[in-house]
Amino acid sequence: MFSDFPLLSLIIWLPILGGIAVLINGDNNPWARPLSLLVSAATFVASLGLYVGFDNATYHMQFVEQVPWIASFDINYFVGIDGFSMPLIILTSFSTLLVVIAGWEVIKDRVSHYMAAFLIMEGLMIAVFSALDAILFYVFFEAMLIPLFLVIGIWGGPNRVYATIKFFLYTLFGSVFLLVALLYLRHVSGSFSILAFHDVSLSMAQQTLLFLAFLIAFAVKIPMWPVHTWLPDAHVEAPTGGSVILAAITLKIGGYGLLRFALPITPDASMALDWFVITLSLIAVVYIGLVALVQSDLKKLIAYSSIAHMGFVTLGLFIVFRIFANSATGSGAELAIEGAMVQMISHGFIAAAMFLSVGVLYDRMHTREISAYGGVINTMPVFGGFAVFFAMANAGLPGTSGFVGEFMVILAAFQADFWFAFLAATTLILGAAYTLWMIKRVMFGDVTNDQVAQLTDINQREFIMLASLAVIVLAIGLWPAPLTDVMHSSVEHLLTQISQSKL
Amino acid sequence: MSQTLLISIVLAPLIGSIIAGLFGKKVGRVWSHRAAIAGVAIAFALSAWVLKLVVVDGQTYNAQVYQWLQAGSLSLEVGFLIDALTAMMMVVVTFVSLMVHIYTIGYMHDDDGYSRFFSYISLFTFSMLMLVMANNFMQLFFGWEAVGLVSYLLIGFWYKKPTAIYANLKAFLVNRVGDFGFILGIAGVLMYAGSLDYQQVFDFAPAISEKTMTLFAGHDWSVMSVICILLFIGAMGKSAQVPLHVWLPDSMEGPTPISALIHAATMVTAGIFMVTRMSPLFEFSETALTFVLVIGAITALFMGFLGLIQNDIKRVIAYSTLSQLGYMTVALGVSAYSAGVFHLMTHAFFKALLFLGAGSVIIAMHHEQDIRKMGGLKKYMPITYWTALIGSLALIGFPGLSGFFSKDSIIEAVHASHVAGSGFAYFAVVTGVFVTALYSFRLFFLVFHGKERFDAHGHPPHEPANVVTMPLILLAIPSIVAGYFIGPMVFGDFFGNAIMVHAEHDVLAEHAESFDGAFSFIIHGMMALPFWLAMAGVGTAYYLYLKRPDIPATLQQRFNWIYRLLDNKYGFDNFNQTVFAGGARAVGTFLWKVGDIKIIDGALVNGTAKTVGVISSLVRQVQSGYLYHYAFAMIVGLWLLLTYFVA
Repeated sequence: MFSDFPLLSLIIWLPILGGIAVLINGDNNPWARPLSLLVSAATFVASLGLYVGFDNATYHMQFVEQVPWIASFDINYFVGIDGFSMPLIILTSFSTLLVVIAGWEVIKDRVSHYMAAFLIMEGLMIAVFSALDAILFYVFFEAMLIPLFLVIGIWGGPNRVYATIKFFLYTLFGSVFLLVALLYLRHVSGSFSILAFHDVSLSMAQQTLLFLAFLIAFAVKIPMWPVHTWLPDAHVEAPTGGSVILAAITLKIGGYGLLRFALPITPDASMALDWFVITLSLIAVVYIGLVALVQSDLKKLIAYSSIAHMGFVTLGLFIVFRIFANSATGSGAELAIEGAMVQMISHGFIAAAMFLSVGVLYDRMHTREISAYGGVINTMPVFGGFAVFFAMANAGLPGTSGFVGEFMVILAAFQADFWFAFLAATTLILGAAYTLWMIKRVMFGDVTNDQVAQLTDINQREFIMLASLAVIVLAIGLWPAPLTDVMHSSVEHLLTQISQSKL
Repeated sequence: MSQTLLISIVLAPLIGSIIAGLFGKKVGRVWSHRAAIAGVAIAFALSAWVLKLVVVDGQTYNAQVYQWLQAGSLSLEVGFLIDALTAMMMVVVTFVSLMVHIYTIGYMHDDDGYSRFFSYISLFTFSMLMLVMANNFMQLFFGWEAVGLVSYLLIGFWYKKPTAIYANLKAFLVNRVGDFGFILGIAGVLMYAGSLDYQQVFDFAPAISEKTMTLFAGHDWSVMSVICILLFIGAMGKSAQVPLHVWLPDSMEGPTPISALIHAATMVTAGIFMVTRMSPLFEFSETALTFVLVIGAITALFMGFLGLIQNDIKRVIAYSTLSQLGYMTVALGVSAYSAGVFHLMTHAFFKALLFLGAGSVIIAMHHEQDIRKMGGLKKYMPITYWTALIGSLALIGFPGLSGFFSKDSIIEAVHASHVAGSGFAYFAVVTGVFVTALYSFRLFFLVFHGKERFDAHGHPPHEPANVVTMPLILLAIPSIVAGYFIGPMVFGDFFGNAIMVHAEHDVLAEHAESFDGAFSFIIHGMMALPFWLAMAGVGTAYYLYLKRPDIPATLQQRFNWIYRLLDNKYGFDNFNQTVFAGGARAVGTFLWKVGDIKIIDGALVNGTAKTVGVISSLVRQVQSGYLYHYAFAMIVGLWLLLTYFVA
């Protein structure tokens, strides 16, 4: 029914143009907030159209639009979505809506710039997930970082310049390799179409180099151990909205990149080097889990927790080769890939909720030190309820979305190797330990100081923000099928792609 | 049996919980408890109906409610399996829960978190029902963890109390250690059976039992043993078996009604129930059964000793729970699943009774829990006294009361077993009888008899309100009579296909032949060793704590090292605190300070940045801005290039 209507472009450009409109309306314009809310809400509603109009039965790209962009280099404005990108796009539009609501009263300085940065970033991130032209992808991939740098650099904490530069250098380091890889693939395939890249035959040497380029580029984003140290710094300095987008979306671009580029383009190299990615993933779960345990800064703790959770994504993506080799009967390969996807979506919501909760506290107390808190639940009982709920979701409690992805990946990991599952499952203990110990120190106990005694519970705006996340986290946990059903065809297709040698 | 009926059973307490929890402020205290109690009462009534349908009409049910998730050919579902085992568990859970709900009206009357408490205990009932009614491992794990969550909330109910929020974190983490094993077991089941549906997995069991897997190079393990031991690790967490028992005594920090509900009658029985449900798997692995047996025997005996020196009324009962859970686990280990579950049922009644009785005493004592500061309460609290006596006699296995039948059938089963470790287990369970009687009646005499050691402040203690005493009476009835179901439940075919026992493990079979009714079982029991050990225990308690209270003090001084060993609870807590909690923090700090900050950030990231800085500062020298420098450089360059190409 929407066959001719460029819905995808609408979702990409509406927030970008809306953001520009907010920006040029000037600062201190009373319309900046309502207009941003309107634009982000409209984008979110429009993005739901992608879910409604999505055909689960095919792996082919849907909502495809293709027009020449730079004809002389055969670069196209070529966009479309499949079962991997569609959920991520909805996650993006929802997170941006939340960020607008979260910044409503909190941001007092340069409101229109702040809102515009997030709206423009939203459009760029959606474009990254829908780009099917390699150059288009690369341009958006780089461009989306600019608003994020600005958000951290302008509205960030005292050490924001160090954090921004570290973040910038890390990602730039990765991007360079990505660009070279994409240009090389253009040379081999004769096109910039990512779908054409999927069908190119490549020798083992070619694949290995390309794979390493992809891995470096996307590992930084995810981030994988040992290229993860920018994330805690960036989170600590970023304003709440920046942390939400960083955790909910930016990290997912790394996972998405591995799904879209590394696995289907270089399957043989992925298989040959799967041990490497699996090792790094398991280090992320165990090592980072232990590091998270000893953090004294709320945001650092959640940042480390994010890295550990993203370890499940990379683990899920790269255990499939071993599962194929073991030819187990438990549908492990599908569980692994879909588990990785579910983990990404779920982490988007839960990490957003965790950072928003920290924001709620930070706005009142202006400190992120765990030791500055204690007994918060006495003065903020409603907030306390949400905090405990999201903590449980973060610890992967069944019935919340946090469980689904981890469960699927652990089930699958057993089919690859018992010890993979063994190490991955330590998250049950470590995740609960660092999350609930933090909750114990911050929320429970008697009121520890005057500042905590004077806290006021969340207002209506904050309630809506946290409650909507809680509903989603619970809904996915109780019934993940509507989320996974859209992925099946794409997952099957990906598994076909990676099980065929390209040599 | 219709799906609507079963869904109503699980949803009724959930709805009650939501009303009391989310709308407790709006509807007020009275409507909160009405909603919660109505929910559980409906669940109980319908569960009783389901039991009737199963037992009388011979119906069973196994179907999905909705598909939770699909991946490849694997379908994970939410569904119910109803057979005699499930139906019995449903009735026990909802009955004890209903009693606890009613009791709570009185016990929590003055608490600010009144509605919240009702919400939690109803949510707990929902979780436990989901656990026992599951027809697949995914839902089992959901209920399993949900029970853990609610116990976390309930133990930490008084969130201002430092000991309570320490205990609830500890309980959750220790349970998570169990769940760690459990989830791996489930993953193993999926890998080798290709499904998580009970029936399909059980059908696959003979095929799985022939497979082996390599965990360490060069040594093959039976897949079934690995899976069963992993699953049992989960049971060790929930059912508090050594060494994962450490959470249960501390969990007494929560309000007393939850001790009855969670830490006696239901949550801790989840592990016992689960192993029984998985009997078609465990039967294929004698290794796993021996493991179960030995762990159970250790728990039964050594946790009982700890009950001897506790002075907190609830902790004495908590250690008795640990010991009794050990008995149930021993029964599982010798394949006497029905005896284990039978003891689970009788224990649920009399242990809930004992805990609620303890709560009644605690109310009367104005929240004093030290039994050294009680005594002589018999004349002030007759209902509590008599019901506590019934509970204690049932616990020590006094002939005719429920605990006698269940405990004796376990002891008989162990005696008949030939599984490795059964000799030690028999010694443990028989010795345990004496220990049980000793600590139970030590508690009983110190609380209800002897001198009044409390300070009444001019107000003599009195029996609490009817809502407190009525559940005591209602629980006392099954504590007496539930044992008479021994015929069908242990020796008959009450459980039908729900429990599978291989013929060579069937230790109950020969007793079944000679069994001719409950009364001859009593006569037989009174001539056996355990009965006399129990009587000796009561007598010893009477002599030591009523006649010659100076002797225990002397013994404590004389055998101080034993006392210290017991007082330190064999050092488990200190060990865990130092090695696991401290170790994890130390390793975490090391990885962070050295791994992340020194090596990755210090050497690699900032090192790279520094290197770039150094190089650029060198290169900067070149960009001097003087034209003759550039011209000179160009000439040198040109000369070099020319030399290279020409020469």
